[in-house]
Amino acid sequence: MTMATNRPDNATHPPHTDQTPSTPTTDGSTATNRSTPASITNANARGNKTIMNSNTSAASPARDSTAAESSSDAKPDEVLLTVENLRTVFDTDDGTVHAVDGVDFTVQRGETVCIVGESGSGKTVTSESITQLFKSPPGSIADGSVVFDGIDLASRTEDELTDIRGARISHIFQNPQGALNPVYTVGWQLVEAIQLHRNVDDDAAREDAINLLNRVGIPEASSRLDDYPHELSGGMKQRVMIAMALACQPDLLIADEPTTALDVTIQAQILKLLRELQADSGMSIVFITHDLGVVAEIADRVVVMYAGKVMERGSVYDVFESPSHPYTKALLECLPGHGSLGGIPGSLPDPTAPPTGCRFADRCPYAVAECTVGEQPVFESVGREVQNEGIEHEVSCIHYRSTDDPSVLDQLGSDRSSTPQERPSGQTGGSRDSDTDRDGDGDGDGDGDRGVTRE
Amino acid sequence: MGMEMEMEMGIGVSPVSDQPAAARTEAPLLSVRNLTKHYPITTGLRSKEVGRVRAVDGIDFDVYPGETVGIVGESGCGKSTAASSLIRLEEPTEGTVRFDGEDITQYDQAELKAFRRRVQMIFQDPESSFDPRMSIGEAIAEPLAVQGLSDASRRREIVADLLERVGLAAGDADRYPHELSGGQKQRVGLARALSMNPDMIIADEPVSALDVSIQSEILALMTDLQETFGLSILLISHNLAVIRQICDRVAVMYLGEIVELGTASEVFTNPQHPYTRALLASIPTADPTDRGMGIELTGDVPSPSNPPTGCRFHTRCPELIQPENYEFEQSTWRRVMDLRQKLDQGTVDVDAIREGVVTERESDETPDDVSATETKARLRDEFAIPQSLDDSRAESVLDAALDELVSGNPAAARERLATEFATPCESQSPTLEDTTAGQTASCLRLENELPPTELEQTVRSD
Repeated sequence: MTMATNRPDNATHPPHTDQTPSTPTTDGSTATNRSTPASITNANARGNKTIMNSNTSAASPARDSTAAESSSDAKPDEVLLTVENLRTVFDTDDGTVHAVDGVDFTVQRGETVCIVGESGSGKTVTSESITQLFKSPPGSIADGSVVFDGIDLASRTEDELTDIRGARISHIFQNPQGALNPVYTVGWQLVEAIQLHRNVDDDAAREDAINLLNRVGIPEASSRLDDYPHELSGGMKQRVMIAMALACQPDLLIADEPTTALDVTIQAQILKLLRELQADSGMSIVFITHDLGVVAEIADRVVVMYAGKVMERGSVYDVFESPSHPYTKALLECLPGHGSLGGIPGSLPDPTAPPTGCRFADRCPYAVAECTVGEQPVFESVGREVQNEGIEHEVSCIHYRSTDDPSVLDQLGSDRSSTPQERPSGQTGGSRDSDTDRDGDGDGDGDGDRGVTRE
Repeated sequence: MGMEMEMEMGIGVSPVSDQPAAARTEAPLLSVRNLTKHYPITTGLRSKEVGRVRAVDGIDFDVYPGETVGIVGESGCGKSTAASSLIRLEEPTEGTVRFDGEDITQYDQAELKAFRRRVQMIFQDPESSFDPRMSIGEAIAEPLAVQGLSDASRRREIVADLLERVGLAAGDADRYPHELSGGQKQRVGLARALSMNPDMIIADEPVSALDVSIQSEILALMTDLQETFGLSILLISHNLAVIRQICDRVAVMYLGEIVELGTASEVFTNPQHPYTRALLASIPTADPTDRGMGIELTGDVPSPSNPPTGCRFHTRCPELIQPENYEFEQSTWRRVMDLRQKLDQGTVDVDAIREGVVTERESDETPDDVSATETKARLRDEFAIPQSLDDSRAESVLDAALDELVSGNPAAARERLATEFATPCESQSPTLEDTTAGQTASCLRLENELPPTELEQTVRSD
């Protein structure tokens, strides 16, 4: 909190009068909005087995603190980052790789947005496109806009971007070992990061560095400052990276697979730390991961990417309660213990010559002829009476067009799951399907799955 | 030799099926007893030994025919070393490994070569486990050639058959590793392991480098192949979810020792060791309404070169046994113990604490101006110990120790805490014993039949 008060002038935000948020939720009701719709959803859509469970946990302290996080932030509903129609291409000998091919999403203040997808889905390039961290050439932003706090980053010069990188938008990466310089002490590197963007003397910078290490939970910070990276464990190194990223109190933290190289126990510590830091500072986080378990742990909003396109986006509760795109469903089923063994048949399309129609059509069990023509389907709203936190739940799949009945997805889904369910038509179809799917598989868990594959 | 070769030839026609997962009437295929692997730490020109990294420190387990056994633990717990020393990729320091009744630690080179036909290994990183200049056909055929199958056309036939079995095309034999994705390479790894028609496969983190969807494919393939060939699998992983998915039995390792061993369903539904419970609680669940982990493990894995005395987990155990005569809230007790351990390591830096107070206050004071009371309060904050303990006698002990620490006498503080706040966990080593839940576990809490802590009850038993 002390950090927030001594925020340097160059980092204060311009007034946000022009940033009218498109989402109509009112400020005051955010906290209540957060917890109630989810429990309603639970009651409506969940199978009877888990209903008690979900309801009690919805009221648990963990949820309440999540709610408090954003309401403690003064401007929870303000859009901080808008990415529109972003296309990032790389010119290679094999042709132009369309790594990111028309991606839209928004990040509000104090919010955590998870971009999730497999390797090759373009999630990392998306995050690097925000501050243009990729090497250029070969990489370039071919089209689209990245508006951060009123500034269009896509059209900025390298110098202007340098002022923003690290100061207002910080990055942390998967491998803390590779991101720290082995020949300098941790303190030296932290002080460097601080002095790069702020005009402070060595003593003040050192004090700031101690404060930062304290904040990220490194014990006896002042003696740790003189340690070299190799003297710290992986989890501690990642904490130092986070401290460095926080050095200038960024508005946006971009975390690219920050826990993938860590053990589960250390991962749990780091995720908890990120949640606490966010609650303190009200910064926004863009979190890149391939692990849906981590997404469920930390996200407010989820963007599911596949082959450079967004397949589905919505609040974390909507996406997990009622995964709507066939790809999201397939990904969830791949989670150990959540579905059958077997993965998603097929492989990613060639990024130099993306197919027409839906990118996932080739591997999609529900694909019809129409899926392979034209462009990626436009976003359709997944029909729901209550939108969680005013976040639109949208899916790029023709089965969700108003003229189509998304319950085709349910039909196939129920064929695969062992428990046949009555199919209601219309709006809640999508959600019911996924829940029965997950319940059906959940029942079988380890043993059930084995039985199927073994006998 | 001839017999062995026949087995290889018959690879397409010798599927074993309907093998029960763990039929205990038969003898174990692999029986590991007191397996130990220490790496000496040496210094000087004459390589004088000054210490030992106790990577694996006496582990016992069995693998039955057709069974999948998982070894799980954090990095540095010795699980990979256990795998490589039990097939003598590295010579074990001590212990016996019986494979099919014979002690392989006594084998000479020729016998070892024959033995290695029967046990094959798959590694974590499919990227680095293939020669980039060897086509995958050559890579798969290499073990066949090494083991004496000189007929190239037969090798090619076997390779084609194997590639199809692992879900690739026979024509892929001419491709090179860089042309394949990670998942495909791991399939080739499986094909190569199967080329010897082994009885057992040791898979060291076979899916850790892969995407979840690919992980799922590879695990399904492994289960399929196991069924077809009646393989035993030893699966090493840090990922409990992976272990849970395909293993019949699980051994949980911590710092070179097995702390819990049982069937997967026993271990996952009713974990008996606090470490297993903490590991299980750390797995992120795919349910956003179920956030916040039940148990948090503080700190990192201690160094295996100097493992903690008594129970090796006692430096991080959230369910550490409380000292006699004092009452703590369990989480507070854990933090007091953290302070004690830091003191013992000599890493509590009181000057740094004072500097911290000054920094935070942003005044012109020097660290010497900070009063003893403030320093003590700050110390408690640093370790998240409440400013006053509920038990007044415990409070007076802690306060006296902090006084000694702040006044520059850490030895006295250490001494006081060690005598007053002693826990059996730091002096007595638990042994693996049968538990009421069915599996074996090594925890003093179980040995002394202490009541469960509130933490134990919060763990979901799903």
